[in-house]
Amino acid sequence: MASGRGNRWRRLLGWLGVWALVFCGLLVLAMLPGWSLPVLLLPLALWLLLTRTGRQAWSATQVGIATIPQRLGSSSVVVVGIAGVVGVLVALLAMAAGFAATLKQGGNDETAIVLRAGAQTELNSVISSETVTLVSQQPQVQRGRDGLPIASGELVVVAALPKRTTGLDANVEVRGVSERAWELRPGIRMITGRRFTPGLRELIVGKRAREQFSGVDVGSTLKLNGQPWQVVGEFEANDANDSDLWADFGVVGPTYRRGNSATSVTVKLTDAHAFETYAAALAADPRLKVDVRTTRAYYTEQSASLTRLITALGNAIGVIMAIGAVFGALNSMYAAVATRTREIATLRALGFRSTPVVVSVMLETMLLALLGGMLGAAVAWLLFDQYTASTLGANFTQIVFAFRVTPELLWRGLKWALAMGLIGGLFPALRAARMSVTDGLREL
Amino acid sequence: MKYLQLVLAALQRHKARTLFTLLSVAAAFLLFGLLDSVRGAFSGAGSTVAGLNRLVTVSRISFTLQLPKSLLERIRAVPGVADVTYANWFGGIYQDQKNFFPNQAVAGNFIDAYPEWKLSAAEREAFRNTRTGAIAGALLANKFHWKLGDKIPLQGTIFPQKNGSNTWTLDLVGIYRIADPQQRGQENALFFNWDYFDEARAFGNGNVGWYVVRVADAKNADRVAQAIDALSADSDHETKTQSEHAFQLAFVSQFGDIGLIVGAIMAAVFFTLILLTGNTMAQAVRERIPELAILKTIGFTSSSVLGLLLAEAVLLLLLGGIVGVLVAGVVANGLQLSMGITLPPIVSSVAVWLRALGLMIVIGIIVGAMPAYRGLRLRVVDALAGR
Repeated sequence: MASGRGNRWRRLLGWLGVWALVFCGLLVLAMLPGWSLPVLLLPLALWLLLTRTGRQAWSATQVGIATIPQRLGSSSVVVVGIAGVVGVLVALLAMAAGFAATLKQGGNDETAIVLRAGAQTELNSVISSETVTLVSQQPQVQRGRDGLPIASGELVVVAALPKRTTGLDANVEVRGVSERAWELRPGIRMITGRRFTPGLRELIVGKRAREQFSGVDVGSTLKLNGQPWQVVGEFEANDANDSDLWADFGVVGPTYRRGNSATSVTVKLTDAHAFETYAAALAADPRLKVDVRTTRAYYTEQSASLTRLITALGNAIGVIMAIGAVFGALNSMYAAVATRTREIATLRALGFRSTPVVVSVMLETMLLALLGGMLGAAVAWLLFDQYTASTLGANFTQIVFAFRVTPELLWRGLKWALAMGLIGGLFPALRAARMSVTDGLREL
Repeated sequence: MKYLQLVLAALQRHKARTLFTLLSVAAAFLLFGLLDSVRGAFSGAGSTVAGLNRLVTVSRISFTLQLPKSLLERIRAVPGVADVTYANWFGGIYQDQKNFFPNQAVAGNFIDAYPEWKLSAAEREAFRNTRTGAIAGALLANKFHWKLGDKIPLQGTIFPQKNGSNTWTLDLVGIYRIADPQQRGQENALFFNWDYFDEARAFGNGNVGWYVVRVADAKNADRVAQAIDALSADSDHETKTQSEHAFQLAFVSQFGDIGLIVGAIMAAVFFTLILLTGNTMAQAVRERIPELAILKTIGFTSSSVLGLLLAEAVLLLLLGGIVGVLVAGVVANGLQLSMGITLPPIVSSVAVWLRALGLMIVIGIIVGAMPAYRGLRLRVVDALAGR
């Protein structure tokens, strides 16, 4: 009786130990950076090759791997199940990464954007022309060769245009810019046509906007507020500006009954350290009621909530799918151990200890999991890297972005695969190790 | 039915395996329940019969532009218009930017256009007569523990006040409720008095964001919409009038092709599921071949063996799937309470259940068919001999 209870306690402790091990393993895995994989694999390889137990484990693993073709069906469950999880996870995270990257590329620390106090986005902001002058004339604003400040009062308005894919109206951002805008965004390059002529109703269209919307090809005319506008060029900015239409500030205002007010002022600072003093100077001026941010901070803020949402969604979907895949892997590996009962018992009878048996089953599962992870990551990369999609940005307009399957995301997918392999392999491995040799040998 | 015992016994043959398979089926249908409900929320499943006679009139250039209030009486005079009301998007922030909820300045008769929103006559009256009055949906009021008479400060993001202040303090005079669970998401909003808004705002005075038009007969909606748009044709404030449903659909479609994303995820999930349960079933049948042979020996026909195996697979899917959808309902409820995210109800939705049950049965038949076919072709002598 007493010994029975003792055994039960020992078993309970054993289970707790296993779970603690799984938990620690997952924790360590979650924190590993990508470069550490070879560093960890090296001691494992040395152990497998150089020690006696290691060599036993290696030969047991080889037997296990050699029998995989006989149970192709159940092994492919492990691979495909894990590939599915990793594929969906990587694709969703690539969407978040792509959106964040597209917005962030538009920002840096040397330019600052001024909005009306309290306005979170340009669409919500109104800035009078006096304010535009005041914030541009500060000493922290860099001057161009002509001695005038490099600052652009800009007016963001919204137009509804039909999308190419659905034919439904969607919002596109029309940005009226001052002539200094080109100096503030040196990355912008005309692909075809020319820049708009100040004072005329001419538009240039961003690369992504032209792909998304119909009727904005170079040479076409579109009506904004009843007036015809000519599209004279297409530009490429490689950031969120690619989703815009640009025109002259002085012409957009009257068209949209906005007079000469702006929605934002973007200024070039003398250097990145000037931001603090610039912000302090604007705050100290009683004539101004404005908020100022570096463009980097502004664009990061704009991408934050959507990026967080998609990442959380991706992780949640990943966890639920992973639960399903782990149970599938457990099923397959328990079955694999069951079909190899006699073989494993024979190994034990020959003098193999339990460690090599555990290691061999674990190694086999991890290899299958890694294969699944690589398959899933590869499919996600092939299908979704640079895949373009669009969503509503902070200005209630379409922002086009490309999915980015980055190396970090691929590594994260592989880590998930290894974690699933760890759980899916450990319990069947322990069963294999605990198997009674005599019963196992008698198994048909 | 008389074979149910037999099917259950087969499932209990290998308890751990059945349990693991059930759990992965449940995980797949948990995802199905949640994603299907997200898709429903975006595809405008929220439109109701009550909304059929409502039109929305916005600026043709973009719904972010305002329209002159002078249009109000002209729209009201259009034949077939029963009533017209108007609203402005306010976009205020309560305490913190994370507490986002829609808030609008609306005319005193705005709520009358939404008969499905329940608000007592006294509260309706109070909203009309209180200059700084506001009404909030029950979900929103519960979330922030608001009660009637509370003062609610909103930080304006678009509209500052004339006096330079950015804080708009409102008095909560009513809490509306929506009975239809499909629509309850709209309880997560706040409306306040347009007259106060227009009088106090620093700019844009005399303009409204959009008009909501109630037509007397939904059959005439298209004709009325055209007549309203004709009022401002060739002016500098051309309008676009469409049904509320079409307006919402166009709006949510701008967030992205949710249907495509959800569809792709579901395809990955169910492909994996079919493979996984298919393998389990194949394994289960392989192990039981001698038993199946005995069944045939004692007089079971090939088709009843086929039926048994198919029933086993379908039952496995149904058990796991039903658990999964039920859990999805609990999770969605939890999300609603903890994060204020409102999804259309899952557990009480007949459409979700029909789609889910249909999928369970189809997948069950797919995964059962292959091994069942083997059971059908079984030659008793070979099987008994273990060949």
